[in-house]
Amino acid sequence: MATQLAEPEVRSNSTPEAVVVRFAGDSGDGMQLTGGQFTLSTALSGNDLATFPDFPAEIRAPQGTLFGVSAFQINFGSTEIDTAGDAPDVLVAMNPAALKTNVGALKPGGLIIADSGEFSKRNLEKAKYEVNPLEDGSLSKWNLLAFDISALTLESVKPFGLGNKEALRCKNMWTLGLALWMFDRDRQPLIDWLNAKFKKNPVLAEANIAALNAGHAYGETAEIGGQVKKIHLDPVESAPGLYRTITGAEAVALGLVAGAQLAHLPMFFGGYPITPASSILHYLAGLKEFGVTTFQAEDEIAAIASAIGASYAGHLGVTSSSGPGIALKGEAMGLAVMTELPLVIVNSQRGGPSTGLPTKTEQSDLYQAVYGRNGDTPMPVIAARSASDAFECAIEACRIAVQYMTPVMLLTDGYIANAAEPWKVPDPATFKEFPATFLQAPNGPDGTLLPYARDDKGARPWIKPGTPGLMHRIGGIEKNPGTGNLDYSPGAHQQMTDARKDKVDGVAKGIPQQEVTLGDAKGKLAVVGWGSTYGPIHQAVRRARAKGLDVSHVHVRHIWPLPENLGDLLRSYERILVPEMNTGQFKTVLRDQFLIDAKPYNKVSGQPFTIAEIEAAIEGALA
Amino acid sequence: MNAVTPINVTTTLKDWESDQEVRWCPGCGDYAILKAVQRTLPEIGADPAKTVFVSGIGCSSRFPYYMASYGFHTIHGRAPAVATGIKLANPELDIWLVTGDGDGLSIGGNHTMHFIRRNLNCQIMLFNNEIYGLTKGQYSPTSRVGTTSPTSPLGSVDRPALPCAFALGVGARFIARGFDVSKELPTVLKAAHAHKGAAFVEIFQNCIVYNKDRFEDFAAPKGAEDRQLWLKNGEPMLFGSEKTGGVKGIALDTAKLELKVVDVVDGDWQAAGVIVHDVTNRSIAHMLVEMPFGAFPMALGVLYDDPRPTYEEALLGQDAKAREGKEANLAKLLAKGQTWTVADHEGHPA
Repeated sequence: MATQLAEPEVRSNSTPEAVVVRFAGDSGDGMQLTGGQFTLSTALSGNDLATFPDFPAEIRAPQGTLFGVSAFQINFGSTEIDTAGDAPDVLVAMNPAALKTNVGALKPGGLIIADSGEFSKRNLEKAKYEVNPLEDGSLSKWNLLAFDISALTLESVKPFGLGNKEALRCKNMWTLGLALWMFDRDRQPLIDWLNAKFKKNPVLAEANIAALNAGHAYGETAEIGGQVKKIHLDPVESAPGLYRTITGAEAVALGLVAGAQLAHLPMFFGGYPITPASSILHYLAGLKEFGVTTFQAEDEIAAIASAIGASYAGHLGVTSSSGPGIALKGEAMGLAVMTELPLVIVNSQRGGPSTGLPTKTEQSDLYQAVYGRNGDTPMPVIAARSASDAFECAIEACRIAVQYMTPVMLLTDGYIANAAEPWKVPDPATFKEFPATFLQAPNGPDGTLLPYARDDKGARPWIKPGTPGLMHRIGGIEKNPGTGNLDYSPGAHQQMTDARKDKVDGVAKGIPQQEVTLGDAKGKLAVVGWGSTYGPIHQAVRRARAKGLDVSHVHVRHIWPLPENLGDLLRSYERILVPEMNTGQFKTVLRDQFLIDAKPYNKVSGQPFTIAEIEAAIEGALA
Repeated sequence: MNAVTPINVTTTLKDWESDQEVRWCPGCGDYAILKAVQRTLPEIGADPAKTVFVSGIGCSSRFPYYMASYGFHTIHGRAPAVATGIKLANPELDIWLVTGDGDGLSIGGNHTMHFIRRNLNCQIMLFNNEIYGLTKGQYSPTSRVGTTSPTSPLGSVDRPALPCAFALGVGARFIARGFDVSKELPTVLKAAHAHKGAAFVEIFQNCIVYNKDRFEDFAAPKGAEDRQLWLKNGEPMLFGSEKTGGVKGIALDTAKLELKVVDVVDGDWQAAGVIVHDVTNRSIAHMLVEMPFGAFPMALGVLYDDPRPTYEEALLGQDAKAREGKEANLAKLLAKGQTWTVADHEGHPA
């Protein structure tokens, strides 16, 4: 979501303020690329936007099958956009399977653009259609526009002498050309991009550009019978400044780089490939000049263990994974808690349990983040609400890790990781530094060393091996509260357990008080959310308030410890509703911490909430 | 870059003893290994401030607490991974990994494998006592077939792993063997330290409570010359003596491509075809690590030593090269890609 000048609660305007378009095709059709490029041109035209890439776990599922459909949804407009949109206004279906799996979501009266060239008998069978839906009137509640995109594409790239397969690959550019015409977009940035992408193969660049232009021209000519209208959306009224598009994975990576810089530390990133977290490792691997060392470890455990080793040696250790990998890291997190070393652990949550839904989004690792370790093992947890918020959250995670000498868990999810949104590029000069300090001389009485002495935040000193005169031993075994020497005595364990808990509880003193995100500080209903449900909750609360309902939105970033005033704030509402993409995890935490009657509203379909779903839940809660 | 800075610090054995009470069972072989290490470090001029002992879990892994250097007692099996992070963060540190047969070959076998194949410049001391000691005597991955233990009351049936064969198989460039009370242990450790890269040392260690005298058949002083083959680079592989059963040597049966024991008459080992130990000969190393004790003596000392470039040199060197000529400008990085500017109300770009 863009940074808006003012936040109007209601807008009434007869012209469309936002449009939702979904591109759907075979996983080999290049739908994610089409969506990505459409996103970029939308951003460049000044619209606010949010996207939702929705793709199968298989890299190239068998062609034409229902489970092989890959979709990309974008919501864009001249008003603030917080979600990828509920129901699409336009569906671009590149084959029967794409039509079948996506048409149900389309708004009544919405527009279907279908590639009739792909509706062959064989493809219809694969999509389990008995008769061709383009011909049997079954799509009559929508506007249908079917033409042979395949043939039109082949025609447009004919002069370049490509093979049939290669020529058909230009289909997505043809479709994109049509979409650019529909929404009055400039083609030039895309042409530049194609030229750069196919620098080594200018023929492919020219063919793709020809397909793009042909799609655009097709829209411009009268051939299509007036069903497709050119729609112009005014730019959103955004705060002045420099903007770019950003995905959550990029934002996390950039935030970590910024965080390490603000801590004056080199960064060590230990990772192991896993969907949807790998892109953070990919991105950081290209940023060596920022003092980043990336290490692809042999497994998830080695990834975190190496990061702990690097932190011990004076780097900012970072590791990242998704639920199953985070489970494997559990024991090592305990080691980081016990040795009190800074560490940032990023969890890009996906549907679970076990392998679950690798490419779909969920928020079901909250218990794991807050409670999921053996022993009393407190660890701060922060959750990002969007791609741009993930940047700030990553910096915040680094700050807490370094200032409190503790591992910190940063939660994002598959939706945030992959979705793109416009981002007002921040000025690093405005960031607050939190330089790490290392002990240089003995800190105890009579020149003794106390590696587990504590500062006013409860943090122990960070001592780099290699420092003369400060040799000491640390480990996962219980230790003496001052010297850190092995100590199993009842008093030592009690004191150290208390100290570790007090330290993490104390993080709450250094975080902002909880504010009401939208609405009043008291009233009938508060909708409390965390993570990527921010968008749909925010929009639903806004709409409900426009209808005159007494409802407020409270979005919580700091999951553990919770903001100090949160309990009092929530008690000032008559009812609390907690929508989550899990079976009620944050609800449990709120009930436990504040003894309040927080009511759950849950969805675990691998898809984000729609605004309408939450709006209905609000109305239900107030009924 | 990255070569361990020549260290030449004067210390004594006492300087390496920490103030912590040693908690191994009285008579444990670990005591002798601790002393051997504390004796070795002054001899190589090691600096306690730049030395880090990293261990996993098990009896052997308590080792770091007793060294007056830096030390990190990590979690079960993961010491190689923690050490990898330490070494990549600061290649100047001299890292000794301490592990056991359970820690290094069972729960942590995966990390041991990757640490060795990547070839980080560190020493790995694997204390092999063929038993789980700290958990009270269960059989381990190196226990011999038929080992009776609380978890194998009828005798273990799984075939033991050979630590040195494992290490060589995953690409080790240095393999050595010693045993706890051997006077030669410091010599072996010095060679391991001198090797640039991952140096794998298997140290047979007597668990006097759960696997007492398991290695007596070759480690006992009496008859040692007949049962121990101490390998020295450039010297013939000889063992035994005129006083015991005659001088013997190890030769190559070229027809079967395997090692054999030959009698050496009148000191003429050349005539008997005894192999001259070449620490860089990987083929012979493969035979030495698998040479069965009983029919053959126990191969001890440096079995193989042929360095290759280290992981940290390769990785950090590549990183340094990637940084050349590039500035770490965060503002530029944040504004990378296709951007657009929203002007203020007067139309001025912000």
